[in-house]
Amino acid sequence: MKRTFFLIAIISFSNFLSAQSDKYAAAMKKNISMLDSVYQKGNAGELANNFERIGDSEKTQWLPYYYASYCHVMKAFTEQDKTKTDAIADKAEQLITKAEEIIGKENSETDVIKSMIASSRMMVDPQTRWQQYGPASSENIEKAKQLDPTNPRPVLLEGQAKFFTPEAFGGGKAVAKPLFEKAIPMFDAFKPESDLHPTWGKSTTEYFLSQCN
Amino acid sequence: MNKYLTPVFLLVTVITNAQVNISGKITDSKNRVLTGVSISLKNSYDGGTSDSTGNYFFVTDEKGEQILEASASGYKPFQQKVNLNDAPIKLNISLKELVTELNAVVITAGTFEASDQKKATVLSPLDIVTTASANADITGALKTLPGTQQVGETEGLFVRGGTASESKIFIDGTLVNNFYYTSEPGLATRGRFNPFLFKGTIFSAGGYSALYGQALSSALILESIDFPERSSADIGISYLAINGGLQHLAKNKKSSWGFTYAYTDLRLAFKLINQKPDYFNIPVLHNADANFRIKTSKTGMIKYYGTLSTTSLGFRYGDIDSAVMKNAFSLYNINMYHNLSWREKLGNGLKMISGFSYSTNKDDMGNEFQNENNQKQIINNPSSLFSYKNFGVITHGKYANAKVVIEKRIKGLNAIRFGGEYNYSNERSDFTLYNGNKSEEYIKENLLSAFGEGDIYITNDIAAKIGTRAEHSHLLDKWNVAPRISLAYKFADKSQVSFAYGIFYQDPERKYLPSSNKLDYAKATHYILQYQKLSNNRTFRTEAFYKKYDDLFKTSAANGKEVAVNNKGFGDAKGVELFWRDKKTIKNVDYWLSYSYLDTKRDFLTYPTLIEPSFAAKHTASLVIKKFVTKLKTQFNGSYTYATGRPYYNIRPDQNNNYKIFDKGRTKDYNSLSFSVNYLPSIGKTNAKSFIVFVLSFTNVLGSNNIYSYNYSYDGRVKQPVTPPSKRFYFLGCFISFGIDRSDDVINNNL
Repeated sequence: MKRTFFLIAIISFSNFLSAQSDKYAAAMKKNISMLDSVYQKGNAGELANNFERIGDSEKTQWLPYYYASYCHVMKAFTEQDKTKTDAIADKAEQLITKAEEIIGKENSETDVIKSMIASSRMMVDPQTRWQQYGPASSENIEKAKQLDPTNPRPVLLEGQAKFFTPEAFGGGKAVAKPLFEKAIPMFDAFKPESDLHPTWGKSTTEYFLSQCN
Repeated sequence: MNKYLTPVFLLVTVITNAQVNISGKITDSKNRVLTGVSISLKNSYDGGTSDSTGNYFFVTDEKGEQILEASASGYKPFQQKVNLNDAPIKLNISLKELVTELNAVVITAGTFEASDQKKATVLSPLDIVTTASANADITGALKTLPGTQQVGETEGLFVRGGTASESKIFIDGTLVNNFYYTSEPGLATRGRFNPFLFKGTIFSAGGYSALYGQALSSALILESIDFPERSSADIGISYLAINGGLQHLAKNKKSSWGFTYAYTDLRLAFKLINQKPDYFNIPVLHNADANFRIKTSKTGMIKYYGTLSTTSLGFRYGDIDSAVMKNAFSLYNINMYHNLSWREKLGNGLKMISGFSYSTNKDDMGNEFQNENNQKQIINNPSSLFSYKNFGVITHGKYANAKVVIEKRIKGLNAIRFGGEYNYSNERSDFTLYNGNKSEEYIKENLLSAFGEGDIYITNDIAAKIGTRAEHSHLLDKWNVAPRISLAYKFADKSQVSFAYGIFYQDPERKYLPSSNKLDYAKATHYILQYQKLSNNRTFRTEAFYKKYDDLFKTSAANGKEVAVNNKGFGDAKGVELFWRDKKTIKNVDYWLSYSYLDTKRDFLTYPTLIEPSFAAKHTASLVIKKFVTKLKTQFNGSYTYATGRPYYNIRPDQNNNYKIFDKGRTKDYNSLSFSVNYLPSIGKTNAKSFIVFVLSFTNVLGSNNIYSYNYSYDGRVKQPVTPPSKRFYFLGCFISFGIDRSDDVINNNL
């Protein structure tokens, strides 16, 4: 009797869990699929809100906050009014911190976002902020590479950083190109932990590679 | 199969039927449309985002009583219960703006701030070291801002009709005595502190906070850096000096220590650049400093900075009272400075900021009266003026300053701050007269201060700072109470107006003491009105001020020394200033323009009546240009300063011992054009093991013959111009920093 009860309890619990996670996975997939068109549509803010709502409701999933932060950092990069950039970067930072608190540590993907946040802050006033945010951005790229050497995204960021750095300062297309070339097969080989984990970046890499010629 | 499918279909239909549309419009309290606001049902995935017209719309499957939330950064989160049945819900929401650091107006009347905070500031710390005319001297850079005078015969900041002694300098909250190297006759000395020590500089030309006192005109508030970016070893070589140092940052980035040593010897420089004074002892300086910084908690930090320096020099200059005789001035100085500060968040919105500084200064100065063959001439006749040209004086100063500020954050940005300050100074002078007779003087001061200040933010657009400071001077045996008020209002186009009012008190200058007379504080009242517009890469500001001086010190000669006799002096200063900075119009060129108009008169010291003081020019203008050429990895800096002539006077006692103006005039206009070039060959090189900067600078390129003022002989018959010690000045140096790259350590520690 006891055993049966226990069994029923387990079955119903796991049923409940899978129903829950189905809903979660469906919502996430729907929003992740919209990430690709975010630049054209300019709806990064809306998408960020969608992810944040999922995160707030789930409470134990780090990926919704990760994607919300990613959307905000993309918004920070595209914001024309530089006086607004820091507020958006602040929001991205809050969300990535939440994601890391849920995992209990930083991982390669959160470091990628942290590098992007530092870069977006540097872009506000490169000449005076370079000393503070330049190292913060490259340190996070290094950490991301170290934590997961198969992750192509830090390689993409490194390439982008070189791409936008003047040749006189050791950057330029010629320096950036091998990095993009290195990233492409890494994207092809990259195995995300689940179909909800980050896979973005290949089309961006291809775009930059085409600009290197 | 069917058996199972039916309920599923049923369920789907039920859900479809139960969907509820929720829509509305989101505005702020002023009815302006808000875009990008997140609207959600609490604990569900359902929600939407307001569009460019402020409208939102979403569909939900949730039923019954739910909580609708709306949130946007910078606004107070909104929550409301909604009852979801089949009927669509239309809900317009008005969000209340939060007063936040990013949005709130900043009170800026009277102040220029150079810091790397997120908020847009007028200057950045880098600007201070890359201003061409500054030669990496902090006050040199500030002299390109409105409100300051181009006084070159004495060190210090002469602000809005005030003397240099009316400007005080604070490092990490506490007063710095002897900020400049010891005064030399007719020369302006540099500041002792390296501009790279500071991450923040606040220069107040008036109306400053109640946290600071004892400065009638201006406060220069410097904040030292927290941690170095990385461990490094630095060396610098120029034809003036060599220096070396080490900075060590702990692996966990929670503590750091460092030291530097610099040796300055002007022998080579003086060979290359002809000096007007005849140096028999070419300046040699030793400077050593040390620092440590410890993070005490997430927000707490203890910082120490200490320096020890010695200076020795001696030069001859023609004696104005005789045709062929000379004065040989010599100086030996030892200065020691320690600053320890501690800031900590105490919880409950309480924050403590405390600082302690202790310094000692010893000047051993002497003058010899010499003939044309540089031989000492002793004249033993007490009634002859020439007798007194041989003298020696040793001054020992001990100074201690302690300050504690407690800040309590109340709702939002509103805060109250209160605390106390203690300033101790003890100066002893030993004089040796021409005949070997010795005498001593002691001047001791214990100054106790208490202050309180409140920041009041009514909305993001309107703010006030109201404070009061009370001081008790042991020396004067008197109290003073000084109220300070400032207000700021931000317009819809982000431009703002600020107003500041304040009363400021100051002790008599030590050089006019001891005095046998009963003295009181000198007093200044400031009124400042400012308009400022900061936009992307452009700054415009204009300020009008009125400053009233009361109870200034009058002096009179007693025993060959000028001594304060009463507080019957007075005066005023009024003016208009403009500042324009533009990084946008010309690509890759950053320039700023300053203009100051000053109308001031005062009756103080030995002035017989209300006159324009000799340190005030009516019109002063500066242009500073900076251009970084990426291809050359070089920054080109230029600056030009112009000031109209300043008045000069021959004031001396007549036969009835009343001070009279025997002669007066106005110097010709002042002009100076300076250039500097910074070449950074290693910039941008990743994994570079060293960072190199070459600096080449030219001061007064055009060689304008600038005259600061005129000196008169004792009887007024001879008049000599006071000029810079050399017409032009050049500097060439190389600074190398060997960075010890720790990125590998950082990664390993985090794994």
